[in-house]
Amino acid sequence: MLALVSPALLVILALIVLPVGWLAWQSVYHDGFTLENYRRVFTEDVYWRSFALTFEISLAVTLIALLLGYPVAYLANSLPKAWSILVLSLVVLPFWTSVLVRAYAWLALLQRTGVINQFLRYLDVISEPLALVHNTFGTVVATVHILLPFMVLPLYATMQKIPGDLMQAGASLGASPSLTFFRVFLPLSLPGVLAGCTMVFVLCLGFYITPELLGGGRTVMVSMLVSRNVELYNQFGAASAVAVVLLLSVLLIFFVVSRFISLDRVLGQK
Amino acid sequence: MTTKQKFGFGCALLGAIGLTTTAASAAEQITFVSQGGAYQQAQTVAILDPSAKKLGITINQDSIPDAWPAIKTQVGSGKPIWDVVDTPTGYCLRGGEQGLIEKLDFSKIPNAAAMPEAYRSPYSVSYEFYSSVLAYSQKTFPKDAPNSWADFWDVKKFPGRRALRNHPIATLEAALMADGVSPDKLYPLDVDRAFKKLEEIKPHITVWWTSGAQSAQLLNDGEVDMEMAWNGRVSAVAKEGAKVAFTYNQGILQSTSLCILKGAPNHETAVKFLNEAVDPVHQANLPLHIDYGPGNPKAFETNVIKPERAAQLPSEPANAAKQALMSYAWWSSPAGEAAEKRWASFMQK
Repeated sequence: MLALVSPALLVILALIVLPVGWLAWQSVYHDGFTLENYRRVFTEDVYWRSFALTFEISLAVTLIALLLGYPVAYLANSLPKAWSILVLSLVVLPFWTSVLVRAYAWLALLQRTGVINQFLRYLDVISEPLALVHNTFGTVVATVHILLPFMVLPLYATMQKIPGDLMQAGASLGASPSLTFFRVFLPLSLPGVLAGCTMVFVLCLGFYITPELLGGGRTVMVSMLVSRNVELYNQFGAASAVAVVLLLSVLLIFFVVSRFISLDRVLGQK
Repeated sequence: MTTKQKFGFGCALLGAIGLTTTAASAAEQITFVSQGGAYQQAQTVAILDPSAKKLGITINQDSIPDAWPAIKTQVGSGKPIWDVVDTPTGYCLRGGEQGLIEKLDFSKIPNAAAMPEAYRSPYSVSYEFYSSVLAYSQKTFPKDAPNSWADFWDVKKFPGRRALRNHPIATLEAALMADGVSPDKLYPLDVDRAFKKLEEIKPHITVWWTSGAQSAQLLNDGEVDMEMAWNGRVSAVAKEGAKVAFTYNQGILQSTSLCILKGAPNHETAVKFLNEAVDPVHQANLPLHIDYGPGNPKAFETNVIKPERAAQLPSEPANAAKQALMSYAWWSSPAGEAAEKRWASFMQK
């Protein structure tokens, strides 16, 4: 048995355990053991602001993705098979397009001379172009679009497992469709909601290209802090410390969520 | 990627995971690293291929947008695989101070020894020049275009959306010139004064750009009306038909330099190459392929560059005279590094 899994273990050791270990080591070692990097991460304004902003944006993106994703998943679940495949493929197709391409596409839509502003001016709704991009708004819009599949798919997977009989049973006892939805369907879909929210939130925490391109330089998320520390300030230790804190936050979130639902069951389910 | 680059990249990969490369070296060779793209193609034709031919060596190429972290890790690991790097001059100086870059013996590099002293350092030789200039849309400003950093800061006389680079280098210089400091009296930079001046323009900056491509896109799409940008990016956009222009007045003349990694595997060949690469004729060939100026001013005396072409280049003597020459020595000093760190909190406030 051990002989069989040892290649896999070696790969994990070489590609995950060693680099992450080295990262952690680098964050505390600079001519001797030091916690200086962590002191800076936890006390300096710049770091606080970035962490706060990253969590705020992730929260906003998660909520919007849930509001948009739930009806889509519900629709895909209730439609006949052929139609539900169509709905799901509309969700998944953009998912196969490069994140970079989609970020630029949003730029083409949202910028001052972009499609949306041109159209609104053509309709005489506005006289001056709206500032839709190069700010937090543009970042959130594009990020929601990119992460939406990660919300819809776990939701759909969970909804698929809810037996239709339960809704019929509810209806036969005299409940209105909205009552059966809120009393039966919604509670049963909550594991999917939690799984989808976790996925979107955690992925959003590490987003880089989208805020870089659409944030106008002001929306500095944690991942950008890591890259700036390396490229601009030449602080490998500080970059590692930021990365370790981010990694630990993600692990903590997964740990807390796994107390409530079995993540692998939801995520591993087709 | 050419075969040469692939080879270089392969070597880089092998080296990175700590295997020893025992390349059979019949002929002398070096591994040369630059920033890729149109720029690396241009220098391959203008400088690298002719140099390789003349010296009878093989030049393996590798490219990386930002060489600094890689230099640090390679030399730090004790077994660098690159020899010569073409990188912003500041990194050569900083690397020299940190023991990552070899000190140069100019008696073995006569072509560089003949260059002005401001164009070289104990660790580096200027290789090509570019300029951070004030660029603007000719649609927004058909006449009376902004012509100085004071104009850029003057939001009443020149209303419009603006962009600056999300980096203190060249931006602080521009702020000080906007505040009335003359281009030849910039250094040491009065950092407090520069940031104070930047606070003034900050509310009017729409985008703080992070890549050259982004700056070009902003100007091309009319997202901003004026910005600080690199001259080559602006002229590329103009060539494609966008109504944009720039001025060399108060531009900040910057360079990339060649430097040799500490413990480079082919040190002697690397020195020979360094001398050849700044040869005036090779250098004069570069602007025939891309809008960057030669690092060696003697290139303008070779008659290879036609006068009308020379007039477009940032390092052409008359253009250079209108600009501020960036002091990389100041930027890699403790005061310079402190100014770089201060940038992060300035941006997030």
